[in-house]
Amino acid sequence: MIPKVIIPVGYGLNCEDETSHAFKKVGARVDKIFLMDLIKKPDLLGKYHILAMIGGFSFGDHIAAGKVLANIYRFKLGNDVQQFIDEGKLIFGECNGFQTLVKAGFLPRFERNYGTQYVTLTYNDSGVYEDRWVRLKVNPKAKCVFTKGLDEIYLPVRHGEGKFIVGSKSDLQKLQQRNQIVLQYIDNEGLKTMNYPHNPNGSVEAIAGICDSTGRVFGMMPHATAYLSSYNHPHWTRLKIEDSMPNEGEGIQIFRNAVEYLKKNLI
Amino acid sequence: MIHRVIISFKPEIPDTLGIRVKNATENFLNLKINSIRTKRVYTIDADLSRDELKLITSELFVDPLIEQIDEYNQKFDWLIEVGYRPGVTDNVGKTAKIAISHLLNRSLKEEEGVYTSIQYLLEGSKLTYQDVEKITKEFLANDLIERWLIRSSRDVKRKRIEILPPVIRGEEKITVKEYDLNVSDNELMKISKEGVLALSLEEMKAIKKYYSGLKIIAERRKMGLSNNPTDVELETLAQTWSEHCKHKIFNALIHYREGEFEEDINSLFKTYIKRGTEELCKKFPWLLSVFVDNAGVISFNERWNISAKVETHNTPSALEPYGGAMTGIVGVNRDPLGTGRGSKLMFNMFAYCFGNLFYKGKMAANLLHPNRIRQGVHQGVIDGGNQSGIPLVMGREIFEERYGEAKPLVYCGPFGIMPKKISGDLAHIKKIEPEDVIVMVGGRIGKDGIHGATFSSEELHKDSPIQAVQIGDPITQKKMRDLLLEARKLNLYKSITDNGAGGLASSVGEMAILSNGCDIDLKKAPLKYQGLHPWEILLSEAQERMTLGVDVTKIDEFLKLAENRDVEATILGRFRNSGKFHVKYDDRTVAYLDLVFLHSGVPQKKLVAIWEHKQHEEPQFQQPKNLSKILNKILSRLNICSTAKKIRQYDHEVKGLSIIKPLIGKEHDVLSDSTISILEHGSTEGLIFASGLNPHYSDIDTYHMTASVIDEAVRRVISVGGKLPSSDIPFAALDNFSWCDPEQSEKTPDGHYKLAQLVRACKALYDYSKAFDLPFISGKDSMKNDGVVFGTKISIPPTLLITVIAKMDDVRKAVTLDLKKPGDLVYIIGETFEELGGSEYFRFIGEHKRGKEYIGNTVPKVNARKAKKIYNLMSQAPEMELVHSITTPTKGGLAIALAKSAFAGGYGIYVRLDKVPYHGDKRDDKILFSESNSRFIVTVPKDKKDSFESIMQGIAFSHIGFVLEKPIFWVKGADGSDVIKTALDDLKKSWTTTLEMM
Repeated sequence: MIPKVIIPVGYGLNCEDETSHAFKKVGARVDKIFLMDLIKKPDLLGKYHILAMIGGFSFGDHIAAGKVLANIYRFKLGNDVQQFIDEGKLIFGECNGFQTLVKAGFLPRFERNYGTQYVTLTYNDSGVYEDRWVRLKVNPKAKCVFTKGLDEIYLPVRHGEGKFIVGSKSDLQKLQQRNQIVLQYIDNEGLKTMNYPHNPNGSVEAIAGICDSTGRVFGMMPHATAYLSSYNHPHWTRLKIEDSMPNEGEGIQIFRNAVEYLKKNLI
Repeated sequence: MIHRVIISFKPEIPDTLGIRVKNATENFLNLKINSIRTKRVYTIDADLSRDELKLITSELFVDPLIEQIDEYNQKFDWLIEVGYRPGVTDNVGKTAKIAISHLLNRSLKEEEGVYTSIQYLLEGSKLTYQDVEKITKEFLANDLIERWLIRSSRDVKRKRIEILPPVIRGEEKITVKEYDLNVSDNELMKISKEGVLALSLEEMKAIKKYYSGLKIIAERRKMGLSNNPTDVELETLAQTWSEHCKHKIFNALIHYREGEFEEDINSLFKTYIKRGTEELCKKFPWLLSVFVDNAGVISFNERWNISAKVETHNTPSALEPYGGAMTGIVGVNRDPLGTGRGSKLMFNMFAYCFGNLFYKGKMAANLLHPNRIRQGVHQGVIDGGNQSGIPLVMGREIFEERYGEAKPLVYCGPFGIMPKKISGDLAHIKKIEPEDVIVMVGGRIGKDGIHGATFSSEELHKDSPIQAVQIGDPITQKKMRDLLLEARKLNLYKSITDNGAGGLASSVGEMAILSNGCDIDLKKAPLKYQGLHPWEILLSEAQERMTLGVDVTKIDEFLKLAENRDVEATILGRFRNSGKFHVKYDDRTVAYLDLVFLHSGVPQKKLVAIWEHKQHEEPQFQQPKNLSKILNKILSRLNICSTAKKIRQYDHEVKGLSIIKPLIGKEHDVLSDSTISILEHGSTEGLIFASGLNPHYSDIDTYHMTASVIDEAVRRVISVGGKLPSSDIPFAALDNFSWCDPEQSEKTPDGHYKLAQLVRACKALYDYSKAFDLPFISGKDSMKNDGVVFGTKISIPPTLLITVIAKMDDVRKAVTLDLKKPGDLVYIIGETFEELGGSEYFRFIGEHKRGKEYIGNTVPKVNARKAKKIYNLMSQAPEMELVHSITTPTKGGLAIALAKSAFAGGYGIYVRLDKVPYHGDKRDDKILFSESNSRFIVTVPKDKKDSFESIMQGIAFSHIGFVLEKPIFWVKGADGSDVIKTALDDLKKSWTTTLEMM
């Protein structure tokens, strides 16, 4: 069977085209559903295997990035999303989607139930929005189904509020001990870094992406959907001459992993 | 009941806004401040229970991990609170109201609302009230849209801050006034001036004549109207006939003189701009819609058409840089959206011209500092574009004192795509038939931007009306865009246009031409607040609105869809075949104008243009001894230095279609000469974007300025792998003229010359459009970019932005400007002349030697025949994959082009100036900094040397050096000595430092 992806759209979200292309490219079927239609009929979710929470500026990022949308997920769709997770399905959040998941308390979700906010994403230390390519280290021990087999990825961040902050030291330890830290910003030596611009926003522990304890809910600030074709690389014209151009963009494997996982485990 | 929620960051969280304001204040005002902390304030004007307020505060407004509800317990000396004036768009407030409704599971009442403001808590024991007020005015608030209060810490502790929410309560009685035009000429002009109508005496007389026609009088009587125009009618005429909408200067009858030569030009637009393109329309089947719609349309491939438009938003950006520029980009986005049957927005571009960012002198009362304008303009277009989900494909900046003293220029524009056909009809053609329903979609109407069209046709003076300034709302517009794309797919509407300058008067008035009439009722229009007079509803330029023509059989389905998508849509009336622009208010006729008179009644202007060659002082100076030092200095100049820091703040890859990005090279910090995007995932067909802009040449001759900027734009397309236009290669241009007032008058004693500058620019536009077979598909002009500074009139240099788009069949063959491999051979293609007039080098030398730039006389020219040959041959090199990099020397000449390629590649470069094909005084500095056109720098791998050289036969080219592994910049002079040999890092530092912190 073919895994089915739902992408809620509207209200300033804007990465639906590239996210849709990413999932289709690895063999999934994709429906873009207007957010209000989903709120009116939350059981629509039951038809799908992946909930893709895309990038953009939901509600303009007004008040705080992802906050207004997070409240909608939390107060209007919370139980349906919880059930979705409990059924063994996958949630992918990128940029605004990650901010939403965190603020709605679906990540890191230390307990089974959603709703408690343990971490947040706030203004970059630079104080400005930036579009910048960064190197990311994938935690090999993370349970995340999306990043299996990946070691390092090169992707752009495009955000003004991407600084990852944990509410307490003990929560940070929990994230570390439970291997819920999935992606970290690294420098040219391949080491996790607090130095700008390699760590573009000042994120604690250089955290760029985390998963929940099941490994099936995953959020990341960088845009995997921005590097689907090898020609998206910011200096592919140079890689071409050095004969080191990859066959496809490095972001695509994240979507392939999701689809493969579902084929193996759920459908 | 009014509630205030005040939130601040926890002490351990950095307050980035506070830090930024502190730095700016210290840098520019020289005031010592210990700290600035900021607080966000939500003023909620709604009936809420105590529990509800608690819920809203904890679950919506506060992020518990980093924020807290505030008690003013930290140390501070002054508190400033800044909020919007009544009626100004408060986007966060609007969203907060929606979010509260979601949270409480009940809608707030129409008159209830949320309003945002910011508090700044300043700690600095030496700060006086006057200092704080100065900080507020210079950095924190703009009087035009914001209000503020300042309190000392003692006052704050003593009593609560009471601030009334900025609510507009309309109580004014709705009226329709009449104007008696049977008065003296002086009285007529008084009516025009006092009403900000910007109508000339001749135009007022034409209107007076219309109203005295017997047939008109009889028709009006039937409608219950007198012989006098209503304010609705006069305002409609004024805006339809404004320079902004009717381009009266470009359509004037001009008597042109140049020495003994004289001629009459009946419309610059028809004679020089439209004519060349019309001639090309016969040759190029891909030219679909030119100069008729809101944007130009060309065919891209068998699936897609492309629509393109670039606009200026100069005056609003001068007054309120953030709001003005944001409205600029979000507003021009509606042009492709309203072209043909509507486009999907794909890409944005910008070009800005600002004054000297480091200006330290006194500013005139009506002007903001160039740096403040730049910061605001960037932020406005950054927010407007990013929040719209539209990637930036190119952006560039020019700096010149006069843009700081007269007006800054803010060009921005979008590119959209539309399918070839929609339900069998050609998508680029609007269809309107009588009885189609007129529907307004999107935002509501307020007093926003009233008189925008007439106002932008006036020079900037101290009393410029404040309603002209607005703030855009990209999210409301995005919702509307999503709806319109869906409705287009379902074929639910037949025609569409945007509400921009002139509002409904313009959108409905123009669409009505296609059906030959309309009839609308303004009472039906949704308002932001009550109290708007009919003429204000009709003329309002409130943003985020489109006007549609919907078939009567589809109207229910369309309205249903809009409701489901949470977008307001309102029926205003019908298109008719009556020949009339008929406007009612609650069934009473308030305007009844002949459509023909409305659109064609404006009298043609008659103007005189006299050209004279102005001789500037020819700089006389020896070649400087240390050219390394000179190169460092030029690299750090505003017009040359890196602007990457700002470019990076624009999302340039949302949609995932970018192939060559605006920032390229090893560290992605060099602006590419041109960029490429594909239109669909998986496609290899791309669209190249490039532009030409160089107002510094205008002081010598606008003819050669125009030739140079067209050459620059075309050359940049070739440099990345494009080809010249042909029947198979869509390649089109857009022209955007920003001029100074060219009408001779007491205020403009040099109007004849300024108009001649315009004529010469238009002549060159025609000549080079013909030479390169380059069609112009859309354009715009902004004609009154003058200002008065301490009693002296200042005009901007005549400025022409050329924007081009071109198809590239296979983007995988694209070439970028970065050096890529040590050992590669460096070539120069094309000839270098002693052309330093208007150059960055002369400007620098002049400023250095005498405190004022040199202009000189030897402006770069374009030999179109040679250039065309070069471009045809050069475009074969990427096609055959013979080259590793190509760049185009422009500002700063050869030296700067080489330096930027080296910065981008991270490799060194070695060149010999004696090898450069050069005509003129053989001085190393002149060869390095001449800005001759039609040249390329190319790097070629050794094994492709012969193939490359065999292709270049017949044009001037020369192998001048090598790419080096070691990062040094090494130039051998004409006599064989090392004239520059310096570490690349040092040069790069000079180039990046200037704007790194700004």
